[in-house]
Amino acid sequence: MEINRKNKLLIGLWIVALVLIGKLFYIQIIDKGYKEDASNNSMVYVDIYPPRGIIYDRNGEVLVGNTVCYDILVTPRDVKQFDTLALATALDTTVDFLRSRMKYYREYRSRIGYRTVTLLKQVPPSTYIKFAEQEYRFPGFRAQARSIREYPFNAGGNLLGYISEVDANYISKHPEYEAGDYVGRTGLEAAMEQQLKGEKGYHIFLRDARNRVQSAYAEGKEDKPAVPGKDIVSTIDAHLQQYGQRLMEGKVGSVVAIEPSTGEILAMVSSPGIDVDVLSDIGKHYAEISANPRKPMFNRTVMASYPPGSVFKLVNGLIGLQEGVLVPEDSYPCHGGYYYTATRKLGCHAHTSPLRFRDAIATSCNGYFCYVFKDILDNKKYSSTTEAFDVWRDYVTSFGFGNSLGSDFPSELGGNIPTSNYYNKIYGKNRWRFQTVISLSIGQGEIGATPLQIANLAAIMANRGYYIPPHIVKDSEGVKIDPKYHERVYTKVDTSHFETAVEGMYMAVNGGSTAAGTAYNASIPGLDVCGKTGTAQNPHGKDNSVFICFAPKDNPKIAVAAYVENAGFGATWALPVASLMLEKYLNGEISEKRKPMEERMLTTKFF
Amino acid sequence: MTPSRQSYHHLDRGLKQTVDWWLIILYLAIALIGCVSIYASIHSSDPSSIFDLNTRSGKQILWLGISLVVDLVILFAINPRIWEVVSSMGYILVLILLVVVIFVSKDVKGSHSWFELGPIKFQPAEVSKITTSLMLAGIMSRPNFKFNSQAGLLSVALVLGLPMLAILGESETGSALVYVGFVFVLYREGLSGWWLALIGLAILLFIFTLVFNWKVTALVLVGICLIYYLYFLKHTRKEARNARRAVLLRVLAVIAGGLMLIFATDFIFNNVLQDHQRGRIEVLLGLKEDPSGVGYNVRQSMIAIGSGGFAGKGFLSGTQTTYGFVPEQSTDFIFCTIGEEWGFLGCIFLLLLYVALISRIVSDADKCREAFTRIYGYCLASCLFMHLFINIGMTIGLMPVIGIPLPMLSYGGSSLLAFSIFIFIFIALYRQENKYF
Repeated sequence: MEINRKNKLLIGLWIVALVLIGKLFYIQIIDKGYKEDASNNSMVYVDIYPPRGIIYDRNGEVLVGNTVCYDILVTPRDVKQFDTLALATALDTTVDFLRSRMKYYREYRSRIGYRTVTLLKQVPPSTYIKFAEQEYRFPGFRAQARSIREYPFNAGGNLLGYISEVDANYISKHPEYEAGDYVGRTGLEAAMEQQLKGEKGYHIFLRDARNRVQSAYAEGKEDKPAVPGKDIVSTIDAHLQQYGQRLMEGKVGSVVAIEPSTGEILAMVSSPGIDVDVLSDIGKHYAEISANPRKPMFNRTVMASYPPGSVFKLVNGLIGLQEGVLVPEDSYPCHGGYYYTATRKLGCHAHTSPLRFRDAIATSCNGYFCYVFKDILDNKKYSSTTEAFDVWRDYVTSFGFGNSLGSDFPSELGGNIPTSNYYNKIYGKNRWRFQTVISLSIGQGEIGATPLQIANLAAIMANRGYYIPPHIVKDSEGVKIDPKYHERVYTKVDTSHFETAVEGMYMAVNGGSTAAGTAYNASIPGLDVCGKTGTAQNPHGKDNSVFICFAPKDNPKIAVAAYVENAGFGATWALPVASLMLEKYLNGEISEKRKPMEERMLTTKFF
Repeated sequence: MTPSRQSYHHLDRGLKQTVDWWLIILYLAIALIGCVSIYASIHSSDPSSIFDLNTRSGKQILWLGISLVVDLVILFAINPRIWEVVSSMGYILVLILLVVVIFVSKDVKGSHSWFELGPIKFQPAEVSKITTSLMLAGIMSRPNFKFNSQAGLLSVALVLGLPMLAILGESETGSALVYVGFVFVLYREGLSGWWLALIGLAILLFIFTLVFNWKVTALVLVGICLIYYLYFLKHTRKEARNARRAVLLRVLAVIAGGLMLIFATDFIFNNVLQDHQRGRIEVLLGLKEDPSGVGYNVRQSMIAIGSGGFAGKGFLSGTQTTYGFVPEQSTDFIFCTIGEEWGFLGCIFLLLLYVALISRIVSDADKCREAFTRIYGYCLASCLFMHLFINIGMTIGLMPVIGIPLPMLSYGGSSLLAFSIFIFIFIALYRQENKYF
């Protein structure tokens, strides 16, 4: 080709054409960003929020249901001049609030762009109706229905837990959530989040440049319906739970009831708790709740670590029997306590002496269990106290102490059983002996257990030697629980040893006041209640009051543990609470004879 | 043979052999694509017929019909000789209109370029490209015209400069920019290639001054000149003293002129250009980020084209265009519709149609023995090229947003008619060329 000016110009033309084609190639083929932008531009995904699963109690009562409220949304770009006062009245808000919001939207208009933002959250239907009547007067504003939680039963905020909108922090850890989604934060809502949440769906609409929705995309064929959350059946007995809450009103502590044969938690009360009325709108009350010095958010049933007190004597006694250092027929003397040095005594109350294992349980003799614990730690089988201690600790943890029980309840803690290392560090290796840790013999000292663990001990006693990991969700259609919640966990103590201990618990309740049974107030005619009191010394104030019990003696249906903080002797406060729970569950009502006790529990409030 | 039969015979042979049918086919193809694309661009979820005269597509088809009638008239009823004869008169008349319109027109987005006579709107700037081309062809095809003479250069400068100034006065920067394309015609006719290089350099300096600052730009200018001068020294013999001195002077002159331009740029940018034009240039050069302001058009346009992908979303299925994200969709941004609905393939096809049309005009023109036809043909090709480059460049973010239509494709009756006349005068002139030589 001749290089004349014509051809040079034609070459120039082709170069320019190739530059254009190159740029087109880049934006149409290589850079995918424009395609996303186009679908963002034109398709509006309107979320369809699924209704969250309903939570039923074991008898089919609805513990947590759903109800409708409305979010008021605004698309600032579409807002025209409007009557601020009229809108404020319709929405039950103030003119100042609206003005400040509109000012904010104006300030950030470039960031907001054509997006729609939430103006008000969870407006009740009554307000929504007022707004809907006049909606045409406020272009750019609209309402979106949302389903929120409703609580027909006051079954305890700590147990049920609350849901709240995810924040930026949560989203960064859980990328599957988006702003506007709600998530279970505590309690059952958190435990069963995966099942309850369901799956969001969406409508796809096409919109124009002014964000006006033009039509459904592909006639709605590409829409995705929301999948409702799965319903949950809880092991909780709503009525029992409620009764427990009433009994614990004004007291600080916990009551936990377990069905021993299944490990199902029948009631789990942490007091003071969060009222369910507060739950659906927790955000509003959050500051007030967290400022409360009695920490209502703190779920004592699974998080508190209390010395179990005398109920722990059961464990030590059983270990002694298993280790062979204690024979049920052995008697130990107790004259007002146990002298572990010439001058230092671990005191005891007045009862007959000497006594046998069963009676020692029934009377909760401190001295007796000092002997038992001494025999365990000074066992000649083991080369040192340390080694014997490790064996002892092994037994104790097999009762579910020292570690979390692995329940399905979130934030369950494990309490504390000290290790030999712990004492080695404090006193030096082999520099400590039985006398050093003597308070462990009566469930005091460095030992800590959650009320759930203490209730689990009651269940172990009821089952004569095993437990099923306690849980709050039952198998139901659509939701299968972990098989471990059907399996027995045996303690390291042979089941044959339990019967004597249970006898002691039976005697404690049914031995009559003359036999110095510590728990005679818990006896309920016809129910064969077995129980064990405890009074745990509290370094911070008045003693804590503990009581565990189960009934009936044979084939027990319920095991209960009550723990009342700073309430003094176990028989005075924890016992009535636990035994009333037991009676209520088994008989459905409180017998005439015990009404005064119920009355006293319901009316006494420490705060 | 009877005379009538003789003339019929002549016409028959002439049509087949003298008319460049390729030009007509390409012209029609582009115009029809235009009508369909306008229909697609106004298409909404509430569609109407493409022929509905209440819609832009219907109107465009009507205007295409009118244009075709005018094309036939130009091709068969008007003696092509007349164009050279009326060129001066037409030029002066349109120049007057260009000036008058500044004072009598309404303000449309800052520009004063439209005559409104009842329902008909008319932009003299559209016609001025034709009259200027005719005028330029007229004076440059005179036997005594010489580029090198001062009179020759001055007359060319006046013929191009006067309408350009008037159009700038109307604030139609885009149309004025098209006039820069005439430099290609001058180049073909013997203007030194240095002028092309100088214009290129001037644009480069202008952009550099805006993006960086005058110091950097001045350094670049001096660097380019120094490299050139060293290159020149290396390739000339030492004895050619006069040549060396001449080149040195030329380089110094370029540096001086360039520096003046650099310092003037700031002034031009801040005082000559209007706010919206300044904004558009700033966005294009990446000096300002404002997607919902000035950059919104370009951003949305690029999203539309980019989302078309390889094969497009299909006719009437463009979400960007159907839902009105791109402003000026059927006029200046018509290319978006093609890019989104027909994809990369469609874009290339359309570009090739234009490139074929322009190169066909250039080849035809270059063959002509009549200087008038040749120069006119180059003028036509240059104008089409400038429109094509500026318009598509704008939609894909290579050029600032300068409102000029895509020839024959954008919605607009007067624009379509003007380009039809522009092209068919050339077809008629070229046919005459084939007839008589």
